[in-house]
Amino acid sequence: MPVSLIEGDSLLAVDIGAATTRAVLFDVVEGQYRFVASGHSPSTAEAPFKDVSEGVRNAIAYLQTVTGRTFLDSERSLITPSQPNGSGVDAFVATLSAGTTLKAVIVGLLADVSLESARRLVETVYARIVDSIGLNGHRRADELIDSLLRLRPDVVVVTGGTDGGASRSIQKMLEPIGLASYLMPKEKRPAVLYAGNQKMEEEVRSLLGSLTSSLHFSPNVRPSLETEDIDPAARELARLFIDVRKRQIKGVDVIDAWSNGHILPTGYATGRMMRYLSKVYGSSKGILCVDIGASATIVAAGFKDKSTLGVYPQFGLGENLPGLLNHTTLEDILRWSPLDISIGVLRDYLYQKALYPSTLPATREDQAISQAIARECLHLAIKAARRDFPASAASLNSRLLPLFEPILAGGGSLSDAPTPGQSLLLLLDALQPVGVSTIILDQNNLLPILGAAAGRNSILPVQVLDSGAFMSLGTVVSPVVRAAYGTQILRARLAYEDGTEARSDLKFGSLEILPLPGGQSGSLTLQPVGHADVGFGPGRSGTITATGGALGVVFDGRGRPLDLPSDPVRRRELIKKWNWTLGG
Amino acid sequence: MLAPLLHILPLTTIVRERTLPVAGRVSARLNQKVSPNDVVAEAVWAREHVLIDVANALRLPISTADRLLRCKVGDELPVSAEVAVGMGFFPKSIRTPKEGRVIAAGGGQVLLETGANNVQLLAGIPGSVIQIIPDYGVIIQTVGSLIQGVWGNGRIATGTMINLADTPDSVLSASRLDMSMRTNIILGGMCKDAETLQVAAELGVRGLILSSLFPSLLPIASRMQMPIVVTDGFGGLPMNSAAYRLLSTNAKREVTLNAEQYDRYSGVRPEVIIPLPVTQEPAQPRDVEAFAPGQIVRLRRPPAVSAIGTLVALRPGLTQLPSGLRALSADVKLETGETVIVPLVNLEVVG
Repeated sequence: MPVSLIEGDSLLAVDIGAATTRAVLFDVVEGQYRFVASGHSPSTAEAPFKDVSEGVRNAIAYLQTVTGRTFLDSERSLITPSQPNGSGVDAFVATLSAGTTLKAVIVGLLADVSLESARRLVETVYARIVDSIGLNGHRRADELIDSLLRLRPDVVVVTGGTDGGASRSIQKMLEPIGLASYLMPKEKRPAVLYAGNQKMEEEVRSLLGSLTSSLHFSPNVRPSLETEDIDPAARELARLFIDVRKRQIKGVDVIDAWSNGHILPTGYATGRMMRYLSKVYGSSKGILCVDIGASATIVAAGFKDKSTLGVYPQFGLGENLPGLLNHTTLEDILRWSPLDISIGVLRDYLYQKALYPSTLPATREDQAISQAIARECLHLAIKAARRDFPASAASLNSRLLPLFEPILAGGGSLSDAPTPGQSLLLLLDALQPVGVSTIILDQNNLLPILGAAAGRNSILPVQVLDSGAFMSLGTVVSPVVRAAYGTQILRARLAYEDGTEARSDLKFGSLEILPLPGGQSGSLTLQPVGHADVGFGPGRSGTITATGGALGVVFDGRGRPLDLPSDPVRRRELIKKWNWTLGG
Repeated sequence: MLAPLLHILPLTTIVRERTLPVAGRVSARLNQKVSPNDVVAEAVWAREHVLIDVANALRLPISTADRLLRCKVGDELPVSAEVAVGMGFFPKSIRTPKEGRVIAAGGGQVLLETGANNVQLLAGIPGSVIQIIPDYGVIIQTVGSLIQGVWGNGRIATGTMINLADTPDSVLSASRLDMSMRTNIILGGMCKDAETLQVAAELGVRGLILSSLFPSLLPIASRMQMPIVVTDGFGGLPMNSAAYRLLSTNAKREVTLNAEQYDRYSGVRPEVIIPLPVTQEPAQPRDVEAFAPGQIVRLRRPPAVSAIGTLVALRPGLTQLPSGLRALSADVKLETGETVIVPLVNLEVVG
C-alpha cells in the first residue's frame, strides 16, 4: 500500500455518478502528486447495460486516449500494479452515487435522542427515511410488521440505549423487524446496521443474524445520553451502502474488487475530505464543502470539535426533482431566475428533467431554470444541514450561516457553469455566507475522489490541493447589516503586492469587485459604515490578507439574509445586474 | 459516445419478461399463445398479520408460555380459536382475534397471517410463451410494431385504436369523445384537463395514447383503471413524428397498451404494441448503439423537445451552446429543415 512519495505510485480514481462516470489519474510530477487528467463517459447503471463497470471501463478508455497510457488489458480489466512497460496503475479507488435512493427505517428509543442520531446517521448516505420506530410510537408489533412488509426498506438502522443501559425495550423493537424480515423473500430482506447499546450485540446477532441481507455493527452512536459519536457508525453505514449496491447494481462488485475494498459512497468520501481539510486548515472558523449533483446535494461542514455530513437526495437535480415541490414552491424557485418564466414551464421542466437526469440545458431559458433550481436545492440543503451545526460554531448572528473559511463547492451545476461569475453568484445566493470567506471551486470535481484516495495515500490529497487543481473564485466579503437600498455600508482598500492600491465603496443592495488575480494576495482594509459587521464586530474596522482568484475580491452588500425584491420585474433586473457585475 | 435508444419500430420481434414481485404459481405453459389480459401467474400473500403475545398475556416466562401453546406453524385457525391456555383452576384462554394461518409460533408469541392479497400477473402483450421462469413468471415473444413511451399508469388493455389526433400537436378534449369510442383505444394528443380523462373513463374508453400530460393531472391519471401511455413527456408537448406516423397509419387496428411505469434501471418502459402477422421473424430491436451521422434522433430537451431529426455530423471536441455550457454535440437537421446544435446527452436514437 503506497503511503509515501518515495514510491512515486500512480493512482487512478473513478467516480460513478447517476449521470456521468469519471476516471481521474493522479501521478507524481517533479516530486509532487498532481492531478494529471480525467476522462468521462455516461454512467451505465441503467438499462440497457445495468452494469456500472461498463461506464467505468469507457471512462478509463477515454482517459487512455487523453494520456496516451494504457490502463486496461485486452479483456478490459484494470492493469494493476503498473508494469515495467508503463501500462497500468499502482492503486485504484472509487466513489459511487449511482442508483436509486435507498429506503431506510430508523429504530431508536427516544425521539429527540437516539432517533435524532439515527436520522443524522442515515443522512450520511443516499437514503430517505420511510419510517421511524421509537419507544413512544403507538403502533402494535403486528402493525409494525405490516408497515415494514409494505415499505420494503433497503436498510434498517437501529440505535438506542446507552452502553450497558436499556436492553429490553430495544429487544422489543427488534422483534417486529426480525419477524418482518423472516416474512420477506430472502433477496428482498433489508440490511441492518446496529449502532445502539453495545452490550446487546450478541443478542442482536442471534435475533437478526439469519434474517437480514447483511448485519453490520458499529460502536454506539450514543454511548451516553450527553455524547453523540456518529463517525464510526457512518463509516459502517458507508460499507453497508456499498454492500446493498453490490446486490442491486451489477458491476459494483467488480469495481470493489479492483479497488481492493476502497470504494466509498460519494457523499461519505466528500465528508471524509472535509474532515481532512479541517485538520489541514485548523482555522477558528468552520470549513464548508457543498456539492450539487443529480443524485443528491451534499453539505459537509467541519468545526473545531465537530463535523457534520448531510446527503440530501431530495435536493438532487435528477430523478427526485418532482419531489422537490414537497419542500418548496414553484414561486420560490422562480425568485432566483433572471428571466420571466411561467410556473407552468418550470413545473413541466421538473418532471421532464426527472425523465432524463443526464441531459443538459442547451438554451438560455433552460439554463436559467436549471440554475434557479440548483440555487433552491442548495439553499434548502444548507438550511437542513444547519440543524446539525454546533451551537458553538463561530458566527456573526445565530440566525445566519456560521463563519466559514474556506468554502469549497463542486457538482456539475457549478463546475460546468459558463463563467466563474455564474458559479460564484449561485453560491452567494444559495449559501449567503457572512464575513470574509475564500470561495474555491472544485472545477474537476475532485473532492470526493480525494476523500477516497486519502484512505489509500495520505499525502496525495494535500499535494493535489496545493497544485492548483482547484480554482479559487476569490475572497468574498459579506457584511451583516440592514440598511436602506443604496446606503453606503463599507469602505475597502486593497493594497497590492506591487505597492499599488484600489478602493471600493460598497452600497447596500449591490455587488462590487476589486480585481486580484489567482495566486496573488493583497492587504485588504475594511472599514464598515454604521453597524455593518464583517467579522471584526459591528462597525469595527480591520485589515486582513486577501487571496486572489478568478473574480478577485468580491463585496456582497446585498444583506443577510438576502431579501430579494417582491416585484418580479425589479427582482429580475437586479439579478441581471448582479450577474453582469460578476462577469455575466 | 453510446446512445440511448427509443424503440419506435414498424416491425420487430418483441420479447418481454413478465414476473411476479414475490414467488407464486405460474399458470401459463411453454409455447402457449397468450392475450395481453391472460393471467400467466399468480401469487397470494397475507393482507395483514396478527401477533399474539401469549407470554405477556398470561404473565408467564417465555419458556413456560411456549409449552402452553396449542397451535403450530401451518394451522388454519378460525376466529376465537384457542392458541394457548394458562395454568391454574381458572386458566385464562388466549384466542385468535381473527381467522388466520399460523406462520410462526415460539418465543412466547404466535404470529398469524390473515386475509389474502391475490396478485394476478397478466401477459401484458399478445404472443407466445417462450420460456417459463419457475415460481415467478414467463418470457413472451410477439411480432409487430413497437412504440415506446415515457410514462404509464401501470394498466394493460387491448382494443381497436381510433385516431383523434389530427396532427402531432393536437389537444385531446372531452368534446371529442363520445359513446361510439367505448371499448376503443384512443390516440389523442396532449391532455391538459382532468375533465377529458374523467369523460374518457366514464364512456368506457379502453385506453389512451397521449403525446403529453400536464403534471397536475398525474395523480388522477395514475388512479385511472384504463391504461394511459404518454409518448413524449409532460406539459404541452406534441407527439414525436416517428411515433405519430406509425400510430396514425395503424388506426383501426387492434393495439395493446402496456402502460408499465418507466424504470430506467430495469429498462421497463410503457409501450404500444401492434401485433402483425408475418411469415418470417424480424430481428429484435438493438439495445446499444453509438452516435453516428445518418441516425434518426429525438431531442429530449429544448430548443425542440420531442422533435425528430437526422444526426448530420458529430462535432469535434466541446461545443459552446446558446446556454453558455460546453458539451459534446452534434448537428441535427430537424424535419422543418432547420439545423440545430444539440448536446449528445440530449439526444436519443430512434430505432
